[in-house]
Amino acid sequence: MKHSAREEEWAAWMRAAIAGDIKAYDRFLKAVTPYLRSIARRRCDQFGAPSSEVEDVVQEVLLAVHLKRGTWDNSRPIGPWLSTIVRNKLIDSLRRRGRHVSVPIEDVMETLEADHHEDGADRVDVDRMLEGLGDPQREIVRSISLGGAGIRETAERLQMTEGAVRVALHRALKGLAALYRSNTRENE
Amino acid sequence: MKTNDLINLLAKDARVRIRFGRIFLIALAIGVVISAALLLSTLGLRRNMADMIETPRVLFKLGFTLLLAVTATRLAFRIGKPGVSLQSAALMLVLPLAFLIVGIVTELFVVPQTAWASSMEGRFPAFCLFFVPTLSIAPLAAILYSVRQGAPENPGTAGAVAGLAAGGIAAAIYAWHCPDDSPLFLATWYSIGILVATAAGFLLGRKILRW
Repeated sequence: MKHSAREEEWAAWMRAAIAGDIKAYDRFLKAVTPYLRSIARRRCDQFGAPSSEVEDVVQEVLLAVHLKRGTWDNSRPIGPWLSTIVRNKLIDSLRRRGRHVSVPIEDVMETLEADHHEDGADRVDVDRMLEGLGDPQREIVRSISLGGAGIRETAERLQMTEGAVRVALHRALKGLAALYRSNTRENE
Repeated sequence: MKTNDLINLLAKDARVRIRFGRIFLIALAIGVVISAALLLSTLGLRRNMADMIETPRVLFKLGFTLLLAVTATRLAFRIGKPGVSLQSAALMLVLPLAFLIVGIVTELFVVPQTAWASSMEGRFPAFCLFFVPTLSIAPLAAILYSVRQGAPENPGTAGAVAGLAAGGIAAAIYAWHCPDDSPLFLATWYSIGILVATAAGFLLGRKILRW
């Protein structure tokens, strides 16, 4: 697909996502991830980092894109916004893993190669990281990510309102990003 | 966790409740109101402001501080948004600087050399040194809070710009009380106060603006 068509499609999905369309957001994230993985893999290969680290980096970048999506001005093209976030987060993430990036990181929109190959789980011990989240955040994360449950289902099971589940999920994702930051810092 | 599991999780949190631009505006308004209320409840407005506001020096003082506040705040707003060019907003900071230089040069021509030192010292430099940084606390907290919701590339620089904006806002508020009107006073004591706010912003930014 041509670069501009891809960018427009991603922008349309992100616009719908910001308005609350879960399916559009799922499409956006699934479309972007292979490109992120391809960039991350090339960087990790360059540094001789184990390929299990690729998924850690991809997940950290995804969390950053997610938590900062409110800064995208949806009347502007999404490419420069996305590429800047990805570049800054990649440099930050690799630096914390003790690898200094000296060559400029390629633009997401210019990347033609998409890496659909996933190396199973990430390397960071997520169960330990989830312990860092309090209840009910941990239960909600487990229920949705591992059990594949929806918001409503999770709310019913935990006897919470859907609104409370949404708020707790958002806090959990912020907490997860913070845990990622401190977790890799410990390993320095 | 598999990446697909994480995507499931993120997708469920799709909606953005409040956009970055709105957060910034609301926080900024709160910061400015607190700071203005602080001035009004402690020092109050300058007593003869109604008469003095038409004198060129007072107009210059209000104009310069407002220009600095607006240009620096605009840059602080843009610095939190990834992929937005900062060049033109950063260049705009030259405007208040040029304005100040014009004011200083004019003052040096108008005032006899023997009065330069006393114009610079003014009457209440200590008040200015205390109040400009103090009045910048609320706007600084507001701007740092907003920029933290954004994604600034360099935490230290973003913090310093937030501090400069907060210092400019504080100066623009204090100018409504300050009885010292010489541009030489402005260039000395206001600048020191604004630099204090900028340095505080830089140090805080390095700590809290990482993401």
